[in-house]
Amino acid sequence: MEYFIQQLINGISVGSIYALIALGYTMVYGIIKLINFAHGDVFMVGSFIGLYSAKYLANAGLPPIVVLLLSLIISMTISALLGITIERLAYKPLRKSTRIAALITAIGVSFLLEYTGVLILGPQAQGFPDIMEKKQYHLFGSSIQVESNQIMILLTTIILMLVLQYIVRYTKTGKAMRAVSFDVEAARLMGINVDRTISATFAIGSALAAAAGVIFGMTYNSVDPLMGVMPGLKAFVAAVLGGIGSIPGALVGGLLLGTVETEISSLGFSSWRDGVAFAVLILILIFKPSGLFGKNVREKV
Amino acid sequence: MLTVQGINVYYGAIHALKDLSINVKQGEIVTLIGANGAGKSTLLKTLSGLLKPKTGSIEFLDKSIVNQSVQAIVKEGLIHCPEGRRVFANMSVEENLELGAYLQDSSSLAADFQRVYNTFPRLLERKKQQAGTLSGGEQQMLAMGRAIMGHPKLLLLDEPSMGLAPLLVQDIFKIIKEVNDAGTTVLLVEQNAHQALKIADRAYVLETGRVVLEGDAKELADSDEIKMAYLGH
Repeated sequence: MEYFIQQLINGISVGSIYALIALGYTMVYGIIKLINFAHGDVFMVGSFIGLYSAKYLANAGLPPIVVLLLSLIISMTISALLGITIERLAYKPLRKSTRIAALITAIGVSFLLEYTGVLILGPQAQGFPDIMEKKQYHLFGSSIQVESNQIMILLTTIILMLVLQYIVRYTKTGKAMRAVSFDVEAARLMGINVDRTISATFAIGSALAAAAGVIFGMTYNSVDPLMGVMPGLKAFVAAVLGGIGSIPGALVGGLLLGTVETEISSLGFSSWRDGVAFAVLILILIFKPSGLFGKNVREKV
Repeated sequence: MLTVQGINVYYGAIHALKDLSINVKQGEIVTLIGANGAGKSTLLKTLSGLLKPKTGSIEFLDKSIVNQSVQAIVKEGLIHCPEGRRVFANMSVEENLELGAYLQDSSSLAADFQRVYNTFPRLLERKKQQAGTLSGGEQQMLAMGRAIMGHPKLLLLDEPSMGLAPLLVQDIFKIIKEVNDAGTTVLLVEQNAHQALKIADRAYVLETGRVVLEGDAKELADSDEIKMAYLGH
């Protein structure tokens, strides 16, 4: 039992990373019906920016918690700008063309980011600095261990979720985002600037992916230019699992996928881990294509 | 207030509006009547900037709005309440109204809510309810309330009575008249020509993208041509 709970805690850490990335997939899909396959690579860029910021700031002698916060902020800000730029240059010109054209462009942008990364940073993995000193805590005197990193990850994820929830529910931009994703034309008739609203969506999604990148670096201590591929695909699975377009769906889908994967590994099937994630995708697509929180999509006739 | 001169609008290869000219004066209710596919909705979409005419001019308050963005046109006070209500079903009544005031200064928000709730007391009762759960009539009220939140100088209404029970239709037309009496100019597209001609000052009859008849609403309502074609006498 304790072993199971231990793995559940580990699973939640992995799941938090998937959930943060999945939010970007789901928000962008909600607003322009595009599966942004470059999103996993924005996560990678965010991770590298986090790495360099953390190194620089730690050398400057700042206390660890400040280093963590500043690295997160820097990484999220630059990645948000990257997200806006990608949308403006690659997707906006295609907004009136077929969805498949935009999808293929997204795959192109993904390769562009990956191999620009390889060109500049080299293909080999780099060590992510230990921002916080790693401590182990025992839960309620049992043998269940919780790392300080895992607590930081959970806290960061919860805070970001709350901020996101606040933005989407209560701010003008958030309401505009919901309006545009529901009915673009009606939103325009309210005087909503659709272009700016789409930019905001990309900015928020990319910033969340960057936060996931920093958290990933802190957890696995190793980052490389192709690191975004697998987590990107997994987060896509998580978004579909939760119901693409649904924000709570992305959160639940991410956490669920993370825990299922970790439990499978812990049962001794670690080589099956990735296979299980995609088996989950296939099963959802067969039995509940709209996902856990998704609405049934009615095609307009 | 609004002068449309010789506009030609295309939907892909379809020539939807042909050399169409209309005008609306301050304080009027002008109605556009005509069969399905006559181009009424197309005209409203062109006025609000959703569609761009190939040729012709549109002047609103003595300024050309042909090349303006939808957002700029809304800011000028030309507000389009679209066909089929198009409320944001996943949001509350209150949030829908707030989006109607998207370009307004937030300082006037409270007074605007008050104004809309006075006109539509039903919306006040349901302000926390999801718009998608409202009845058809309530959704129409919400769509109109949402448009009014944007301080329209000219309000474009597309088929506000569509699919409503006769009693509700009466209510909706009464409210349109009230809104007009309170100082908002109205351009009204209607299938229900009988009711529309009753409250309107002037009317245009559209057929396959052209104005075929225009004039005083009362006179048109009495003309045999209109009676035969649109009023079912």
